[in-house]
Amino acid sequence: MIRFDNVSKRYPEGRDALQAVSFHLPAGAMAFLTGHSGAGKSTLLKLIALLERSTRGQLFLDGENLSRTRSRKVPFVRRKIGMIFQNYRLLFDRTVFDNVALPLVIAGHRHQDIGRRVRAALDKVGLLDKERALPITLSGGEQQRVGIARAVVNKPPLLLADEPTGNLDPELSRDIMHLFEEFNRVGVTVLIASHDLELISRLGYPQLQLHQGRLLNPEVLEMA
Amino acid sequence: MKLPACVHVYLLRHVQVALNSLGRLYRAPMASLMTTAVIGIALALPSGLYILTGNLQRLSTQWDGGTSLSLFLNHGISLDQAEALAKKLRQWPEIEQLTLITPQQALNEFRELSGFGDTLDVLDENPLPAVLAIKPVSSIANASSAAALLQRLRELPEVELAQLDLQWVKRFNAIVDIVQRSIWLLASLLGLAVLLITGNTIRLEIQNRREEIEITKLIGATTAFIRRPFLYSGLWYGLAGAFLAALLVELAFLQLNGPVRQLAGLYESSFRLQMLSPAEALGLMLAGAILGLVGAWLAVSRHLAAIEPG
Repeated sequence: MIRFDNVSKRYPEGRDALQAVSFHLPAGAMAFLTGHSGAGKSTLLKLIALLERSTRGQLFLDGENLSRTRSRKVPFVRRKIGMIFQNYRLLFDRTVFDNVALPLVIAGHRHQDIGRRVRAALDKVGLLDKERALPITLSGGEQQRVGIARAVVNKPPLLLADEPTGNLDPELSRDIMHLFEEFNRVGVTVLIASHDLELISRLGYPQLQLHQGRLLNPEVLEMA
Repeated sequence: MKLPACVHVYLLRHVQVALNSLGRLYRAPMASLMTTAVIGIALALPSGLYILTGNLQRLSTQWDGGTSLSLFLNHGISLDQAEALAKKLRQWPEIEQLTLITPQQALNEFRELSGFGDTLDVLDENPLPAVLAIKPVSSIANASSAAALLQRLRELPEVELAQLDLQWVKRFNAIVDIVQRSIWLLASLLGLAVLLITGNTIRLEIQNRREEIEITKLIGATTAFIRRPFLYSGLWYGLAGAFLAALLVELAFLQLNGPVRQLAGLYESSFRLQMLSPAEALGLMLAGAILGLVGAWLAVSRHLAAIEPG
């Protein structure tokens, strides 16, 4: 699903965020991306979502060479990815339903279709009764689950999460991680950046370790 | 006819976005009204002037048909001589109609219309000459043949002064021409102002919705999708502004209509101010819509690209 081939990223101000990173995350796998803040976790995820472009090397998503993707095609790459953020990034002037429906609206789904799918997604994250609520009235854990529902509502083959539990207490964090496991069980590829080492070591998925822009253990994915 | 599903969804989306943008304007009534008012006034000014000059032109074409020549005869000419001349001139093929106004008739008319009756009584004799009012045949209406006729009439010994009444109509038309051209200049400038106003309003809206734009870009919205609501906002602003402009123009003309009718009455004319015709109103709406849309487009193409999720 994701393949990095000697990918480097240097920001315009001269900081090397990633250096010669190579790994392959097969379709249907689930893995964590760990490392201190500033180790390059966010940069790596941004390269996959084409929020940043690599300076060197090649990366592939679902067989497509992202180094060659034209900017006009970028939105269509992003539709294959469900993205989840530490600060949820919800639209606070719209209801939970409208937030979750957004990817479907963007992709031009039919009205009846949208209602059905949004409710299915909200059901999966356990927020079916909150569809009319505004995000601001929800707790942090609930807001993140809205974010997850939005990420999965158009059934993308890949979920990327950047510190999804960074703002949540341990119990809520566990719930959120279990949600990811459930999606992985039905075939979705999942890559989660996190530094909650205690939580993720208990879950037992392979961990890609980044240190100062270098990937320390790419082989961990081959063994899994 | 049944539309293919994708077209149907696409059109439905457009309608939704259009209504959504309209709802957004409605929810911020003060700000929307201010922008609309500015656009309305900017559009009302040139359209009002345009309609006004249209009316002036109509007025002058009314006179144009009545191109006439006035022959003021020498004082020494007797009534008989004048009648003989009138008879002779009626034979000319260039002259369609000729009326003799005797000095007495002229005096009576003057007394009636001018209000100087008492003053006239002081005069010993009638100072007014006999006048032949000539209406040339319509084929002679163009300037050069009218001038030739005028020249021939001037050469008649009985004639003191021959005057072509077309002259001032022409001058009047030339003035209207200049005014009209100035209105186009004014309209261009104010049109530019409308572009800038909508552009600036849309720019502010883009800034206010920055977070939303970033998020929608993150989850795969195309530029066209993000652009759409802003373009509709611009369209609505333009349309609402044009509607307001039409309203202002109509109101202004309603105010003017009474006095104009009175003035026309004084000139024994049945002239009425013409308001915005349906076609002109439609044109105004179209112009407003296009200006709003283009203004929004300029703002969107300048400021949307700068917003990238990070």
